[in-house]
Amino acid sequence: MIEIIDPERCTACNICVTACPTNVFDKTEGLPVIARQADCQTCFLCELYCPEDALFVSPFAEQPQGIDVVAARQSGLLGSYRRAVGWTKDSEHLREADRSFRLFGQ
Amino acid sequence: MVAIRPRAERRNDSNGGVSFDADVLVLGGGPAGTWAAISAAERGARVVLADKGFCGTSGATAPSGTGVWYVDPAPAQREAAMASREAAGGYLQSRHWMARVLDETYAQSNRLAEWGYPYPAGDDGQPRRNSLQGPEYMRLMRKRTKSAGVTILDHSPALELLVDDSGAVAGASGVRRQHEDSWTVRAGAVVVATGGCAFLSKTLGSNGLTGDGYLMAAEAGAEFSGMEFSNAYAISAAFGSVTKTLFFGWATFTYEDGSVVPGAASKGGRKAIARALLHGPVYAQLDKADEQVRATMRASQPNFFLPYDRTGIDPFTERFPITLRLEGTIRGTGGLRITDDSCATTVPGLFAAGDAATRELICGGFTGGGSHNAAWAISSGSFAGRGAADYALQTRRAPATSVRRAGTAGLQAAPRRALDPAQLARAVQDEAYPYETNYFRNAERLTASLGRLDRLWREVTEADAAAWPDLIRTREGAAMLATARWMYRSALARTESRGMHWREDHPQLDARQRHYVTSGGLDEVWTEPRPHDEGALVEAAE
Ligand SMILES: Cc1cc2nc3c(=O)[nH]c(=O)nc-3n(C[C@H](O)[C@H](O)[C@H](O)COP(=O)(O)OP(=O)(O)OC[C@H]3O[C@@H](n4cnc5c(N)ncnc54)[C@H](O)[C@@H]3O)c2cc1C
Ligand code: SF4
Ligand code: SF4
Repeated sequence: MIEIIDPERCTACNICVTACPTNVFDKTEGLPVIARQADCQTCFLCELYCPEDALFVSPFAEQPQGIDVVAARQSGLLGSYRRAVGWTKDSEHLREADRSFRLFGQ
Repeated sequence: MVAIRPRAERRNDSNGGVSFDADVLVLGGGPAGTWAAISAAERGARVVLADKGFCGTSGATAPSGTGVWYVDPAPAQREAAMASREAAGGYLQSRHWMARVLDETYAQSNRLAEWGYPYPAGDDGQPRRNSLQGPEYMRLMRKRTKSAGVTILDHSPALELLVDDSGAVAGASGVRRQHEDSWTVRAGAVVVATGGCAFLSKTLGSNGLTGDGYLMAAEAGAEFSGMEFSNAYAISAAFGSVTKTLFFGWATFTYEDGSVVPGAASKGGRKAIARALLHGPVYAQLDKADEQVRATMRASQPNFFLPYDRTGIDPFTERFPITLRLEGTIRGTGGLRITDDSCATTVPGLFAAGDAATRELICGGFTGGGSHNAAWAISSGSFAGRGAADYALQTRRAPATSVRRAGTAGLQAAPRRALDPAQLARAVQDEAYPYETNYFRNAERLTASLGRLDRLWREVTEADAAAWPDLIRTREGAAMLATARWMYRSALARTESRGMHWREDHPQLDARQRHYVTSGGLDEVWTEPRPHDEGALVEAAE
């Protein structure tokens, strides 16, 4: 489930509010908030769309884990998925790294 | 040259919401919906696409990615591809449909390459087009849908269809959940591409996939086919959502004590896993993958590894608890019945595509590791979009003056209290999830479950209309409930085992039942056998 909006990184662009398919975030006067955590489908897509790597989705689909911002920052996981799919400037070459065809039919 | 495309016209709405006049309205913005919208726009239609979530991230494909049934058109390869899955699917496929889906998928995948999808190349330098990364693919599809001139309504779940005096579908209406108001689109044709129904099981990307399109279509009189093929279950880490199953082909499955679960396998041994899970935890470890395979897996599907990397588990060297999550009709094959090559349903003006439509035509009663689903979404979306556009442009009449709202459950005022949508969803899940009822089927348990589901349906129809903010959830609950009833009624009617449908009390395939099971109805659910083209010949010859 979505756990964190890092207030230091977030620029309140509200992309996550629009891009989250299950409408988990709400706009506010300032930074968006996680308004309906229980509706989160643990799809990790908000992380891909956040240009500031300010979001962290825990892999636990059923229970909130209460992860804190500092721990998330220290883990090095913020933005890790976006880099892995090639959606950052320095990882663009990974967009065509899919070699699934080698694994089909094995 | 930049083509100027006609756009849907926005009208003022007296109720404060938004209204549009369009030729084609597409419900759902996954692969099937976006291909339908683009294909309709390419025919010159004015198109609106409404998605419950955000077109580009919502639906089953966006977070996952799919293998695609992309086959070289050389006759020998074609023939092998068509023949390869006939037995697993229970011989319910149609050669005519398999051939045209292979053609369409091949052509449209090649267009994806022209549009800039970053397909990889093999060692021979040739492109490989049989796998799509979900986020990348659906981001591109959104972009192409917009540039085709389609008006996209995000966060705008459809709640009900509009029907004219003749019974033809004339649009739909729903709510804009981020504005807390309503939308209405009057259209000459509607494409239902709302995906399958996974009963909110947390299978990847499925929280919006509650069978809404089935319910709306049934309220207008549409029929289903193959709803007994609706018991797909997918493997994931017990705590996680990533139900990608390909890599579990390299796994060993063990009990708590470390001994191997006999017969357990991702392919062809998933029931053994379900049986073991009834008695206690089951663990997996991808220990059969060698170094090279491991590296390929990591590079190819980064999302598979999120649950493990983020909990510090090395899935190759450590075992972890797994579960099976119900995917219902997402990797099942049942859905709205299609009556011709344009993906028309039995209701005039209503077309169906993707998981919302039956996929029996190309894969019978089984999809397994997929690729047929993705091919079906691409091609049925394209067929339905063109079909809907041609229908709407040919029959373009003055917008019907009197249209009726077709919605029933959860939308009609009644003297009883409205239902609690969370309770409703749980009550349906209690019937749809259990392996004992849905995976290992028998007449006794199906009948008992149907008794409870039918009672629940009466309660739903007798309850008061839901109000904001419960409205969407109530319609979702009603749709899941209706879906479960078509599923189990159809499962009861097929007194044999075929495809993914497995009857404990009829464990063999019965050659005389090589037919389709049609179903439909809301207050009274009915089923009826329908001959398979070739099956009919066999039966006649006997
Ligand atoms: C983990 C996973 C892995 C898979 N892997 C493969 C694979 O390898 N190969 C393969 O072929 N298939 C695979 N599949 C299946 C494949 O993803 C689906 O067949 C495909 O997504 C179907 O496309 P669709 O457009 O019909 O539905 P979806 O992609 O599910 O899209 C449906 C859309 O309808 C919208 N919607 C729902 N209700 C409403 C409403 N009331 N109003 C408006 N919009 C609504 C949803 O928001 C969603 O955007 C996989 C599925 C999963 C879950
Ligand atoms: S997308 Fe990222 S930066 Fe933008 S509002 Fe959301 S969390 Fe903040
Ligand atoms: S993980 Fe998916 S559902 Fe959850 S907040 Fe992010 S985008 Fe929304």
